[in-house]
Amino acid sequence: MLELYGQTFSSRLLLGTALYPSPAIMADAIKAARSEIVTVSLRRETAGGKTGGQFWSLIQSIGVRVLPNTAGCHSVKEAVTTAQMAREVFATNWIKLEVIGNHDTLQPDVFGLVEAARILSEDGFEVFPYTTDDLVVAERLLEAGCKLLMPWCAPIGSARGPQNADALRSLRGHFPDVPLIVDAGIGRPSHAAAVMELGYDAVLLNTAVAKSGDPVAMAGAFAKAVKAGREAFLAGPLEPRDMAVPSTPVIGMAAFS
Amino acid sequence: MKALVKGAGVAGLTLAFELASRGADVTVIEKRHRLAGSASWAAGGMLAPWCERESAEEAVVTLGRLALDWWETVLPGHVVRTGTLVVAPARDTSELDRFARRTTGFTAIGEEAIAALEPDLAGRFRRGLFFANEAHLDPRRALLALKDRLVGMGVRFEFGYGAVRVPETVDIEADCTGVEASVPGLRGVRGEMLLLHAPDVSLARPVRLLHPRFPVYVVPRADHLFMVGATMIESDANEPVTARSMMELLGAAYALHPAFGEAEIVEAGVGVRPAFADNLPRIGREANRISINGLYRHGFLLAPAMARQAADMIFNSQRELADAAHH
Repeated sequence: MLELYGQTFSSRLLLGTALYPSPAIMADAIKAARSEIVTVSLRRETAGGKTGGQFWSLIQSIGVRVLPNTAGCHSVKEAVTTAQMAREVFATNWIKLEVIGNHDTLQPDVFGLVEAARILSEDGFEVFPYTTDDLVVAERLLEAGCKLLMPWCAPIGSARGPQNADALRSLRGHFPDVPLIVDAGIGRPSHAAAVMELGYDAVLLNTAVAKSGDPVAMAGAFAKAVKAGREAFLAGPLEPRDMAVPSTPVIGMAAFS
Repeated sequence: MKALVKGAGVAGLTLAFELASRGADVTVIEKRHRLAGSASWAAGGMLAPWCERESAEEAVVTLGRLALDWWETVLPGHVVRTGTLVVAPARDTSELDRFARRTTGFTAIGEEAIAALEPDLAGRFRRGLFFANEAHLDPRRALLALKDRLVGMGVRFEFGYGAVRVPETVDIEADCTGVEASVPGLRGVRGEMLLLHAPDVSLARPVRLLHPRFPVYVVPRADHLFMVGATMIESDANEPVTARSMMELLGAAYALHPAFGEAEIVEAGVGVRPAFADNLPRIGREANRISINGLYRHGFLLAPAMARQAADMIFNSQRELADAAHH
């Protein structure tokens, strides 16, 4: 079971709710993924009006836990204000914290991230920080009050898959007891399986499903990959070797001539 | 047969036309004091079923195909059949591949063909997709002309129609009020658009600029006016355009052609599109009430097909009633 801030989940696939062809397809994709947690952007989905009305009630009707995010925030102040608004709108103290440092790569501003994480943790939030794979930043985030980490494996929406498996492995090695969720950069189910095989606790993705040719089918494919990766990790994958090793012993084999 | 159509957006006016041309006595009532202000008024006016397939269901293509001929027949001279050009900046050409995979009815073209179609875009894009069979119209001119046509056919209009007055007895009442209708499952999707006056830019057809974050289209209107649209926000807020959206729209227009940087911002408009969860339109029917709703971002494209279906339903059931009365 996946445990996040004291709550347990059987699904290790978290889905975003943006960019789908329609809310109906989104709902079907969430079901196909068997996700129990979905992220929702406060900025876009609830800008004024009857607070996103139907869209929000559709997400509620699916019966999943909502993880609001601060997508698109470029400063500590903006992220903190958005988080506080999200707490009111979605009635949860969970927050996926994004503080963007670079407009083109959507790379996290790790300095602002640590600062915002501290402010929000002290304010009673349970923070899910979207960070890079930097080890030192990870330590600072945990010091700031985060109980889990969400490193990227490639830039948001890039679909490039794990760019630095060694850094991901190193994070896993340094924080064996901290839930680690790969957030951003996953493009294909094989990418998700690869990070799960490294021992990551879960993956969070959006574009790879929402913008695929068939989001519902792709969500199902990701669910299988995440499960396969997790089971492979638990089973203990074979380490790579430099030499070929025959699977059938050669010595003592009958020789036919 | 007496019909009352509520709502003078594209859904209401097309239905009024289909009913009146079948001989019904039609009255259109509209809460606003004029045609301006509806979601249709803020529309792009693209008749682009093949492009829309990128994010829409196949039904949008099958229903939308009818629209080109419908508008041309009803309002001769309004439909400009110059196709659609889809381009992407060099670093986002994977968006072009994705668009091509999800659509049909285009020719993949290179730099020279782009320059031949749109001389002002010469040298700016190396690859594009040309959807030759698509068309566009100016939605505001079309709505005004359709209203005039309807008046000529004997359709009555009442604007500024408050809720206080009780409608006269009618045989059929049609609700085409978009997001203002109380239909279960209907939601609003906010769209923001800009109208730019750019004397230095000439375009012959709508151009879609693909971008992973801010895809936009630029639709040329008369006198170097360009409609730049449109944001898609899950909200029914009708408030003015936000700075963020305006920056996105302007940034994209500027990326298409730097001369848009010198344009005058003539208008920054907002419309709230009515949509159901599957983003497909629906006809609702209950006794002598009918509704057309959920046209989403495909008002001008899908309204003719929906209006025709609704009018068929109304006249078929009237005929059945008449037959039953005779027996």
